[in-house]
Amino acid sequence: MQLTKDSFLPVTRVNAEQGTSRPSLTYWQDAWQRLKRNKVAMLGLYIIILLILAAVFGPLFSGTSYSDQDLLQANQPPSGEHWFGTDNLGRDLFIRVLYGARISLAIGIVASLLNFTVGVVYGGIAGFIGGKTDRIMMNIVDILYSVPVLLYVILLMVVLKPGLTNIFIALGIAYWLQMARIVRGQMLVIKEQEYVLAARTIGAGKWRILLRHLIPNCMGAIIVTMTLAIPDAIFTEAFLSFIGLGVSAPMASWGVLASEGTNSLRSYPFQLLFPALAISITMLAFNFLGDGLRDALDPRMRR
Amino acid sequence: MLSYTLKRILNAVVVLWLVITITFLLMHAIPGGPFTTEKNLPPAVMKNIEARYKLNDPLWKQYTDYMVNLTKFDLGPSFKYQGRTVNDIIGESFPVSFHLGMNSILFSIIIGVPAGVISALKRNKWQDRLIMFLTTLGVAVPSFVLASAFIHVFAIKLALLPAAMWNGFEYQILPSIALAGMPTSFIARLTRSSMLDVLGQDYIKTAKAKGLANYVIMYRHALKNALIPVVTYIGPMAAGILTGSFVIETLFAIPGLGRHFVTSIYNRDYTVILGVTIFYSFLIVALNMVVDLIYPLLDPRIKLGGKKEG
Repeated sequence: MQLTKDSFLPVTRVNAEQGTSRPSLTYWQDAWQRLKRNKVAMLGLYIIILLILAAVFGPLFSGTSYSDQDLLQANQPPSGEHWFGTDNLGRDLFIRVLYGARISLAIGIVASLLNFTVGVVYGGIAGFIGGKTDRIMMNIVDILYSVPVLLYVILLMVVLKPGLTNIFIALGIAYWLQMARIVRGQMLVIKEQEYVLAARTIGAGKWRILLRHLIPNCMGAIIVTMTLAIPDAIFTEAFLSFIGLGVSAPMASWGVLASEGTNSLRSYPFQLLFPALAISITMLAFNFLGDGLRDALDPRMRR
Repeated sequence: MLSYTLKRILNAVVVLWLVITITFLLMHAIPGGPFTTEKNLPPAVMKNIEARYKLNDPLWKQYTDYMVNLTKFDLGPSFKYQGRTVNDIIGESFPVSFHLGMNSILFSIIIGVPAGVISALKRNKWQDRLIMFLTTLGVAVPSFVLASAFIHVFAIKLALLPAAMWNGFEYQILPSIALAGMPTSFIARLTRSSMLDVLGQDYIKTAKAKGLANYVIMYRHALKNALIPVVTYIGPMAAGILTGSFVIETLFAIPGLGRHFVTSIYNRDYTVILGVTIFYSFLIVALNMVVDLIYPLLDPRIKLGGKKEG
């Protein structure tokens, strides 16, 4: 049998197996997909977005202001005109709860940002440098941590006098401990990972490792902590307002409204109901979102 | 063990000293001194008052005096209540707060631990879902809202239980449960996750393979180990109960230390604020120290190197 060149045909190259069939996902896209599948967390997210929209735009569409008094309309139960009723000075409670949302959410977000700035820098430095510096810095945190945070906040508020700015300051001074601890712990773990070693062997500098490897890999834990710090701050503010150390009248956070509501609980329970609902729903929403974020950002932590 | 204990005690002393110093300086940093808010007092009266409370002494002298008195457990006089010392106030009202706090701690353990265990054993079934839903609510609803709701429903609408005061068992039910809401939820969640952790361990499989009865596995092998992490929550729980008592005692008009603390904040009674803060810090620091010392005894895997865990 004679084999000629004609007996053979070149096989056309099939490229099907090469290349990925689906687009590769970055860590954040992956996390977002996981989060989207978590219905409870998404519910939390939608509620938060709705609350922020209502807080920002809600008061713009109403004719009355949060401080408008109408004594003839005092202590009205909820009706078509006053959705949430009125308080003892005849102020519309719906408007006041909307304005309260502005203040309470602002407190939560600012406290969380302060928490982020101070905690990440402090914990980052301690974890990154390590050794003696780390030990001293963390000893300070441990010492501050051994007394309830709320006690500091109360003391600071007594010294600083009640008011919105001072609440920011007190929360900022007191609430970074947890974040510092978490960031430092993460830093210590990530520093020992193989990819950091690999980066070091190919000659990456300290700053590059810090900015490209350590901080991005801490972000998951940082975001979760920030999300959970917001309800904490709102809660603390409500607590402070309750014992008379919150924002001053006629401004009203949810804490102030709830505190006023408890005074008239016997005769007008609705005055407590709405601010309390607002606080509880917000706390729930942020907790749902925070838990969902934790699962989405760190799949190993899932339970 | 001994050197660790000594180190831990030394650490606690340093912490307390720092807390006292910082609190002292904060209280004295308030501009104008404690009596300036009073209605225009004649200067002579003002001088007398200041001399009586030794406010004319230089700050370092006030500080050393205060520290010396502290070593004798003397927290000084109250600014607002004539003739009463901070010690009197704490001595009178703390037992009530302690009673309330213990009620809440007991309640949260008796309800929280079984709830967590059931939740873990019936994972993803309706029992788990229900318990997790309730504990989420328990974490999200502030204690003063819970307390107000209790007063409204059980004391006013149904008139089953008294709404205020502290005169007997039926007076304790509502405040104790309202105060226990958050710790109960935390304990249930902690028990659940720790129980799930333990149930996945190999020794549980071994115990099952040996053919041990289910309740023996659950009680002897699972629950005992699962409860160890719950012990670490005692410190934060005590702190939460303590701060929670400020609100609960105020709402229920319970004559405890928490309500006194809030009143002294309203009155700007600085010596009482200072003294009670120091007292609270002492309680929490001591408690945390005891927990740290007990913990290694419960969990032999933890080694005592004298180093604190982060």
